Amino acid sequence: MITYAAQFFFEPWWVQIVKALVIFLVIFGLLPVVIIYERKLLGRMQGRFGPNRVGPFGLLQPVAEIIKLATKEPFRPATAATFLYQIAPAIAILTAVTSLSIIPFGDVVHIGSQPVGLYGIDVSVGPLFVFAFSGISFYGIMLGGWASGSKYSLLGAMRGAAQLISYEVSQGLSLVGVVITAGTLSLTGIVHGQGGIWYIVPQLAGFLIFMVASFAETNRAPFDLVEADSELVQGYYTEYGGTPFAAYTFAEYANMIVVAGLATTMFLGGWLIPGNPHVPAWVDPLIVLAKMAIFVTLFIWVRATLPRLRYDQLMAFGWKVLLPLATLNLLVTAIVVVT
Amino acid sequence: MTPRDPASDVIEVIRHPAPGPVAGAYRAFGATLKGLKTTFARIIEGPHVYQYPEEKVPVYPRFRGRHKLHRFEDTGLEKCVGCSLCAAACPADCIRVVAAENTPENRVSAGERYAAVYEINLSRCIFCGYCEVACPFDAITMGHEYELSDYTRSDLIFTQEMLLAEPIERTPLRAEDE
Repeated sequence: MITYAAQFFFEPWWVQIVKALVIFLVIFGLLPVVIIYERKLLGRMQGRFGPNRVGPFGLLQPVAEIIKLATKEPFRPATAATFLYQIAPAIAILTAVTSLSIIPFGDVVHIGSQPVGLYGIDVSVGPLFVFAFSGISFYGIMLGGWASGSKYSLLGAMRGAAQLISYEVSQGLSLVGVVITAGTLSLTGIVHGQGGIWYIVPQLAGFLIFMVASFAETNRAPFDLVEADSELVQGYYTEYGGTPFAAYTFAEYANMIVVAGLATTMFLGGWLIPGNPHVPAWVDPLIVLAKMAIFVTLFIWVRATLPRLRYDQLMAFGWKVLLPLATLNLLVTAIVVVT
Repeated sequence: MTPRDPASDVIEVIRHPAPGPVAGAYRAFGATLKGLKTTFARIIEGPHVYQYPEEKVPVYPRFRGRHKLHRFEDTGLEKCVGCSLCAAACPADCIRVVAAENTPENRVSAGERYAAVYEINLSRCIFCGYCEVACPFDAITMGHEYELSDYTRSDLIFTQEMLLAEPIERTPLRAEDE
């Protein structure tokens, strides 16, 4: 009998540390790329160039912004609860980065004689792990908003928490359809199950529900009521400046990457390519990143297109449309799989 | 005469029933796809912007920018005769003219007198163009220069020499079809 530990922890500890560092650094290197990509693409969609002054083609703009934010004077409102005020951005960024560890970038490869899985960790509960940590990420928002000691931050945080809780239900239910079809919760198992056909085809409804719910989960337009730049002035993190502000922004973009990675894994066949041609193992992570880039582009495209919803529309849509649809999708999938 | 019915000119607003959740979602989905098409078309169209410091926004021929004083092209004499009509017409009171007599040895303008001092305080000027209208000799006109920021207020008082000189960089003029 294969024990749990033998099945999932076949690597020595130092390989796991190296893997963790590589994933962390790659994603952190990608965040500024995503930011400049968003601003450039958004500019093009609005008939302008986007940032093009710092460095060649403005590519160093995020670097300049990070330097600016990091060198700013740290401050806090006199009414803030100091410890929680400081720890809240850390919670936000921690949960976002932790979720990244289970996105598989490739299968188990042999480096030398050492088998190495091209993912942080292949947990047997897969999507539940992501939802557990996005559950904790509420604390990043709620504590940040409450500990700021400002009523507008608190309002933003309440809106954020309500929105995240409403849409997490639909997001979870839409993934259950995939889990039932694949018969496993392990993300690598789900990717292996897509050798024949990607789950976006049999689970198209689930995919659409997942994407809509993900826009709400990541606080992106048209569901960016949490931040609502024009009304709430960034909502729960109004009172943050400098590095904590950068941390919140980074957490938001990391969440976007997590959702893109999750959608790639669950619906677009992870590192697989149609026809399953034999490719060297080092191509796999690039395929995953390319598929994630498609989703990031979609996120930006939708942001450029749709206006922000009203709050009652958001709630009505979440509970009255998305949740019944997700439940129906789950029901139909279950019946099809069982019979 | 029959009393007028106040309700006779009321037009009833026809309200269609609000779409249900499913129909509403379906419509929203269609509208979203249409919107995505619209934004994507903007990428293909390309940007519609001037890269300002390098690329200046062209002005129309009648654009009222910084003033210019003129000389006669053949003789090189100043057109301004120091009559101070521009200063009198100026609603912002930003023009200062001190006139002096031309002498045979020192001939500055074509008329009897010339402007010994001619200053325009551009920090007060409202660019209305009344000075240009008031001038009987077309000696002062509104130019096309619009980049007029400076660091101190005193730098914005333009003297006669500055107003007579050609601008260092010419502002592009808008083409006929623009």
